[in-house]
Amino acid sequence: MKRIRICEEHCIGCGLCEVHCVVQHSRSRNIIRAFREERDGIVPGVKVERDGHLSFALQCRHCEDAPCIEACMTGAMHRDPETGAVLCDTERCVGCWMCIMACPAGAVQRGASGKVASKCDLCIGEDVPVCVANCPNEALVLEDDGDD
Amino acid sequence: MTKTKYLIIGNSVAAVAAVSGIRQVDADGDITLISRETQHTYSRPLITYLLGGKVGEEQMAYRPADWYEKSGVNTMLGTEVTHVDPEAHTVDTAGGQTIGYEKLLIAVGGTPIVPRDVQGADAEGVFTFTTMDDADAIANYIEEREVRSAIVVGGGLIGLKSVEALIELGISTTVVELADRMLSATFDETASTLAQRRLARAGVEVRTSTTVAELLSENGRVVGAKLTDGETLPCELLIFAIGVLPATGIVQGSGIDSDRGIIVDDGMRTSAEDVYAAGDVAQARALLCGTNRCIAIFPNAYRQGIVAGRNMAGAEAQWEGGLVMNSVTIVDLPTISVGVTEALGEGYEELSQLNEVALSYRKLVLHEGRIVGAVFVGDIDRAGIITGLIRERIDVSEIRDVLMSDDFGLISLPAAYRERVLSGTVNRR
Ligand SMILES: Cc1cc2nc3c(=O)[nH]c(=O)nc-3n(C[C@H](O)[C@H](O)[C@H](O)COP(=O)(O)OP(=O)(O)OC[C@H]3O[C@@H](n4cnc5c(N)ncnc54)[C@H](O)[C@@H]3O)c2cc1C
Repeated sequence: MKRIRICEEHCIGCGLCEVHCVVQHSRSRNIIRAFREERDGIVPGVKVERDGHLSFALQCRHCEDAPCIEACMTGAMHRDPETGAVLCDTERCVGCWMCIMACPAGAVQRGASGKVASKCDLCIGEDVPVCVANCPNEALVLEDDGDD
Repeated sequence: MTKTKYLIIGNSVAAVAAVSGIRQVDADGDITLISRETQHTYSRPLITYLLGGKVGEEQMAYRPADWYEKSGVNTMLGTEVTHVDPEAHTVDTAGGQTIGYEKLLIAVGGTPIVPRDVQGADAEGVFTFTTMDDADAIANYIEEREVRSAIVVGGGLIGLKSVEALIELGISTTVVELADRMLSATFDETASTLAQRRLARAGVEVRTSTTVAELLSENGRVVGAKLTDGETLPCELLIFAIGVLPATGIVQGSGIDSDRGIIVDDGMRTSAEDVYAAGDVAQARALLCGTNRCIAIFPNAYRQGIVAGRNMAGAEAQWEGGLVMNSVTIVDLPTISVGVTEALGEGYEELSQLNEVALSYRKLVLHEGRIVGAVFVGDIDRAGIITGLIRERIDVSEIRDVLMSDDFGLISLPAAYRERVLSGTVNRR
């Protein structure tokens, strides 16, 4: 499956990944409108962590034995059989936050509504997730381990 | 006599995980799954949401309707297993059937406790609440009797969730808790106080340090409860939520070792050859203290089920040890607690931060340089990072100063551990 490798030594902490993630998950897919009108409704699935000069952009690791899937009490958190991505079915999620409790990367968030979980979906329908495609310094790199 | 390669008793989390575990190793060995309950596999923790109307029946399924079929599982629902014979490799059902197996998993969960010494506990309107049938029965009773007031006995996880459902239905509810505070098993005092304060704001009264001595009834229906402190509370409905015991009755007389639960090793094997146990019924090694304990929570049931399933199919999966953890939202106040939530004596250290106005609280319990427990109230967003540090027994002495800082994150962690988390393999078995 596809995985995003994080190269912290290349990250300049610019935050463009977060910007493009918001746009990608907006209805308008327009950067101005996404930020002017839709920003409050979107929690980006990637977040830049910064500590002095060190920084990296973190999104869900789509773990092999994903603890969020194991802890999910509704079955909402699941692995997409086609892409291998760990996805949250928001129709079934009740916002119990077992996933937040279980994720060792801290990469699952409460969604903007505060009612369902929100996380990186590896940009459904895109060959390359937008955070990777728009990183100016290859601090996020898409790898395919061939496994499904 | 029917015979199957893999036989699973139970149709809940541990059973579903075991099916996944078996299928990861053996794509087509036949699996038969027997369950006393008649429903397709459903999410047990959602039954209170169902009663409260927060989810509909169609949202109860823990796996899609065709999941068993797609996984090549033959199900026998509404069938109770009464006896296990490890020598003969067979089980008997209440209907008089005998089924042979090569590998057996016992994943029958727990049975709710009803106090035997409380008079009047057999009145109508008195319930326990652990199954979907219970949710239906309670809902029907509420509708038929137009219930407006209720008592929930027990201020633990299930009690609290029952309260949520009842107040959602506009029923005025009182909690009666034997300990001196709610959620005493998983919370420290401060967190319990915040939880009780939130409940009080929602109009829920919590009576602590007391319990019901006797139930009062009229025409066979419950109308009140007399408490051990002498007071009498009226009610039209009463729910006992005082705990669940591992359903070990199924192995009585079978020679399979049990204590509080069915005793299993790190491969989820019981004392009998080819018999495994997982989930709430199992007594497995706990991560922090190392002894065998029953930790009846959902994530443990899942992980044990996976380990059992893989091993039944011939793999070598290892249980990493059980860790108590809970995520509970109290009205609208999210809380998470993990591991040891109070210093257990010398050598323990507590770090905490409290904002009483915002009802927000964070606490870490450290022991010999490692985090062994945590409580989060309100601000829960990065709790999982701490859970990971507890589970992986990471030495945090070097980063002690940043553990409580607002911008604590993955970036604060030792580089080698961070690397493992980022690779997505930290939980690989
Ligand atoms: C109201 C409620 C809320 C909860 N909330 C949470 C929560 O928020 N977080 C959390 O971690 N945990 C929670 N739990 C606990 C969680 O539901 C359990 O840990 C989990 O369901 C255990 O799964 P299991 O597979 O071991 O067994 P169970 O879910 O108990 O299922 C047992 C299965 O075995 C079957 N069975 C039993 N006896 C027999 C027999 N003799 N023959 C055939 N079949 C039999 C039953 O029909 C059932 O299918 C909650 C529980 C309840 C009741």
